[in-house]
Amino acid sequence: MLRGLLKLTWIETKIFLREPMGAIGTILVPVIVFVVAGRMINSRAPAPSMSNFARVGLPVMATILIVISTVLSLVTIISIYREGGILKRLRATPLRPQTILSAHVLVKLMLTTASLVLMFLAGKRYIPPGVHPPLISFGVALAISTLSLLSIGFVIASIVPTARFAQPIGAIVLYPMVGISGLFVPVASFPPMLRALAHASPMTYAVNLLQGMWVGDPWLAHLGDVAALAGFFLLFTAISAKVFRWE
Amino acid sequence: MRSVIQVSGVRKSYGSTVAVAEASFDVNEGEIFGLIGPNGAGKTTTMECIEGLRKPDGGSIAVLGLDPFRDVYKLQNRIGVQLQQAQLQKRIKVWEAVDLWASLYQKKSIDGDRLLEQLGLTDKRNAWFMNLSGGQKQRLFIALALINDPEVVFLDELTTGLDPQARHAIWDLVRGIRERGKTVFLTTHLMEEAERLCDRVAIMEHGRIIDIDTPANLVLRHCPERTVVIEVSDAGAAERFKTVPGVESVERDGNRLTISGRGELVTEVIHCVSENRVRVTDFRAILPNLEDVFLKLTGRSIRE
Repeated sequence: MLRGLLKLTWIETKIFLREPMGAIGTILVPVIVFVVAGRMINSRAPAPSMSNFARVGLPVMATILIVISTVLSLVTIISIYREGGILKRLRATPLRPQTILSAHVLVKLMLTTASLVLMFLAGKRYIPPGVHPPLISFGVALAISTLSLLSIGFVIASIVPTARFAQPIGAIVLYPMVGISGLFVPVASFPPMLRALAHASPMTYAVNLLQGMWVGDPWLAHLGDVAALAGFFLLFTAISAKVFRWE
Repeated sequence: MRSVIQVSGVRKSYGSTVAVAEASFDVNEGEIFGLIGPNGAGKTTTMECIEGLRKPDGGSIAVLGLDPFRDVYKLQNRIGVQLQQAQLQKRIKVWEAVDLWASLYQKKSIDGDRLLEQLGLTDKRNAWFMNLSGGQKQRLFIALALINDPEVVFLDELTTGLDPQARHAIWDLVRGIRERGKTVFLTTHLMEEAERLCDRVAIMEHGRIIDIDTPANLVLRHCPERTVVIEVSDAGAAERFKTVPGVESVERDGNRLTISGRGELVTEVIHCVSENRVRVTDFRAILPNLEDVFLKLTGRSIRE
């Protein structure tokens, strides 16, 4: 079945690149946002006095935006495919359902990687001197975070009634998660209710992990984050396996 | 004759809605078998249970000796499926779809390019799915249903929404599938399609199979009435036709006679005409069709 997976992944990649807004929306826009924001911050503040947010928060925020646009595009595409009967048509072949969905996850992971590489290349000169983010660790952290958040995407894709609602519902679920993730205000300073909510959201762990990796923390310091993200992944995958609808 | 599909006592409900109340029939190897009935009769549900896409609530199904739900992947390798109202990715190219489908099956698939040629899609190879016409999309779906050289081909409402010309072209293609020795199982709510295409049909209404036979036998069994409308120069011929075997009544309206009866009425009338050298200025045989059979069996028109 590997042949089917690879072929489907390849075709889905080509189809995605043919979408007029596909490549531009999900790859270029976050990169442009990062470059513009980086330039603005750079021109205002000289490097040494740069705020902690500009140094660590901004790259992580750009990264999270990429991940979210990835998840939203997965949710949208799955619901469009369901509405159009494409999922059902694919299922009426020897393809296993998990192969069909894996192909989409693979496409999304590749796109995330492409956006991120572009972002680094374009924004290299805005990374302040003295900061040498360990790209491999950061990339691994990103892959873990993306998979975990994609599994939420599958749950959303399983329950949205029509494709028209997919994107807005996905956005309503995901963006508030960023707000309480500790990216802008430390979680420790939240009121107890909000703090509990933050701890129940995978985004919080993803942000913490990505920030840590960006500044060169050792993996050992973030085992908790990785475990939480893996836990969420398993939980949401199990839920979507139960509630996923093919038509 | 070997039967390749056996359906026995199949039931399927969605919540409180009964889609299939009771369906039992066999499909023989090499025939075009049609499941006919109005929209909402349970045809698609029945077909999707047979394809292994739905699990029936009760009853048993065997396709090529396999249980379609339990052995669904084994079965999918040996059957070809066209689904009602299915779509492909908007921007997938025709050749990519054929190439993808060919890669999904274990056994060696047939030559995709030749298939596209046979289906008249060669010059659409590089077109996006979204830019194909309705007829071209259906031909592509037929190509995908044939790519694994299947033993049984399932076609669900294949020509719905197509113009008559495209419809006739598709009918020729389906006959071509049978000529390659494949079994075809199709659903349709178009009686003309069933009559022209199917070797045998099962009439379905409200989730039940009402009758199964060849279209000709169904018409003969349920609508044996035959009518001949004939215009003759010699009005005295009316008496002569009354003695023809099978004739039940002859109505006269000037030179126009309406001869009603049953059985081999048309042949007998022609025989009588030629034997007595009756001068005929107009001749029309009115034969009942599956549409009339349906009306007779259910008390309502299939178009309602």
